[in-house]
Amino acid sequence: MKQSIWVRLWRWTIISFVAAYLLVPLYAMFDFSTKSFGLGDKGRNFRAWKMITEQTDLWPAITRSVITAAIVMALIIFLIVPTAIWVHLKLPALRRPFELLCLLPLAIPAIVIVVGIAPLYRWISINISESPITLAGVYSMLILPYTYRSLSAALDAVDIHTLSEAATTLGASISRVIFGIIMPTIKTGIVNGSFIAIALVLGEYTISNILNFKTFQVVIAQIGRNSGTVAVAVSLASLLFVILLLLIIPTKKRQGTVLDVDIA
Amino acid sequence: MSASAYVQLVDLAKYFGKVKALDGLSLDIAEGELVALLGPSGCGKTTALRALAGLQALDRGQMIVDGKDVTYQSANKRGMGMVFQAYSLFPHMTARENVEYGLTLRANKTAGDKRKARSAELLELVGLSTHANHYPYQLSGGQQQRVALARALAISPKVLLLDEPLSALDAKVRTQLREEIRRIQVELGTTTLFVTHDQEEALSIADRVGVMRNGRLEQIAAPAELYDRPNTAFVAEFVGLTNPIPGKVSGGSIEVLGGIVKTLPGSISLGSGLALVRPESLDVVASNSGDATVFSASFLGASCRLSVLLADGSRVTAQVPSPDAVGLHAGARVKVSLLDLPVFVKAVG
Repeated sequence: MKQSIWVRLWRWTIISFVAAYLLVPLYAMFDFSTKSFGLGDKGRNFRAWKMITEQTDLWPAITRSVITAAIVMALIIFLIVPTAIWVHLKLPALRRPFELLCLLPLAIPAIVIVVGIAPLYRWISINISESPITLAGVYSMLILPYTYRSLSAALDAVDIHTLSEAATTLGASISRVIFGIIMPTIKTGIVNGSFIAIALVLGEYTISNILNFKTFQVVIAQIGRNSGTVAVAVSLASLLFVILLLLIIPTKKRQGTVLDVDIA
Repeated sequence: MSASAYVQLVDLAKYFGKVKALDGLSLDIAEGELVALLGPSGCGKTTALRALAGLQALDRGQMIVDGKDVTYQSANKRGMGMVFQAYSLFPHMTARENVEYGLTLRANKTAGDKRKARSAELLELVGLSTHANHYPYQLSGGQQQRVALARALAISPKVLLLDEPLSALDAKVRTQLREEIRRIQVELGTTTLFVTHDQEEALSIADRVGVMRNGRLEQIAAPAELYDRPNTAFVAEFVGLTNPIPGKVSGGSIEVLGGIVKTLPGSISLGSGLALVRPESLDVVASNSGDATVFSASFLGASCRLSVLLADGSRVTAQVPSPDAVGLHAGARVKVSLLDLPVFVKAVG
């Protein structure tokens, strides 16, 4: 009995530490964004929060970043996931080289990548589009290390060979095997990989800034230069939005099968 | 090659580097027949099954099913039902959805109601009607394999292929399920190829058992014939227990343990050889003048298994009906002789 009290105390101590670690910065952000800095102002006010709506640059930037994230998601689902499955299933000899290739973006500093692809993007903005959405191309490479790892772990956890053979003998084409059987099976891995990818797309600064694209994160940095409190308010708002998203999504489990389509 | 064969495998060969997985395997299966392929690991039995399923490309050979050459047909067009050794249910689908999966893929999409009726019928057949809406993780290993069987049968396969479907299950479930597989197979009349390394499994449910070795078929015969009249030393020793007892062969019989018995075809024809004698072909009688001694005796119920030390110092295993074993305790002096049944004789060494 005595021991259990200590164990419980210890447990709560750890939980409190972790909670403090996570919540104190959030509270600090809230505190800062509602502080009065003007002369004669007293107490708290929500001026910074109200000013969010007045940032004309912000909303288009959010839209652009969300569209970019959506495109990256689509690339993950229709290109990276099938490729990873294909490599695991049919080309086991290529697993090592493929993994190495996917890790490269992690090994090369962002600034080096930017210098490398800047001429390419100059060409793209002249000949194709000036839209920051074209950044989806670079981002889909940058996310590879994270996405591929979580996909690879998910693929290793299930016997995809037997599953694919079972589906094949029942009459499924290879695209049905990939999209109808294996992808729903490794759904958790895909969702995890996608979350990391979206976080990266919404947070990456170096590349979009140097290439002069006004994405969400670039605009926040700009706002921060004009008004610190507004920038912090925007950051906190977006953080809360993402946390809310994370809380909602996992509860939407087991509602019909995902992606049972034949694209062949 | 018989004209009536429903499945004909002709001279199948598959080499993985120097390893001969299949080395000229030929096999005919009649319609509605259950053939088991039995052999040690690496004998090529699974390769043969996978080749027939279309999951394994061959280096040589031809496969004909129901009069059609399927050698180069892709696996998803062959219409074979397969049950795998590893659990293979689709984890995101319920038992019923798993069973219906093959039907949803048919070219003329089976109508929803019909599909439902078919899956209900098959789940009933494997005794899992009450588990239709369970996900695989809610089912035991045995139940999962039953669903897998129902799923394979749902598409009314030309041939049912069973790749050691029972080897992941515990002994009791295994025995129960293998009998059920046989019942369902007979009921539906589905031509079946069953691969296993467990001889008891093969002998107990197959119409014919093929023993494979090094990518070839050593012998294929009904279970009793395979056991009583093996063609080769490998078959004799692989299927059931044998005691190698030295003797002298001449004129189609062998003199062994003071008696003379006929030799089986394929045995050596002259000189000294080793008779491969089944435990139940040995007659053990208590006798004070006997030159053998019971080393140990274990009671198995209907029969009694004896380990007997012969005069030459070698040890043999005999199995006698329990009523005859009274007094055959460890240390008893006995006389050992052969029952008058033909034996296979292999060369010494």
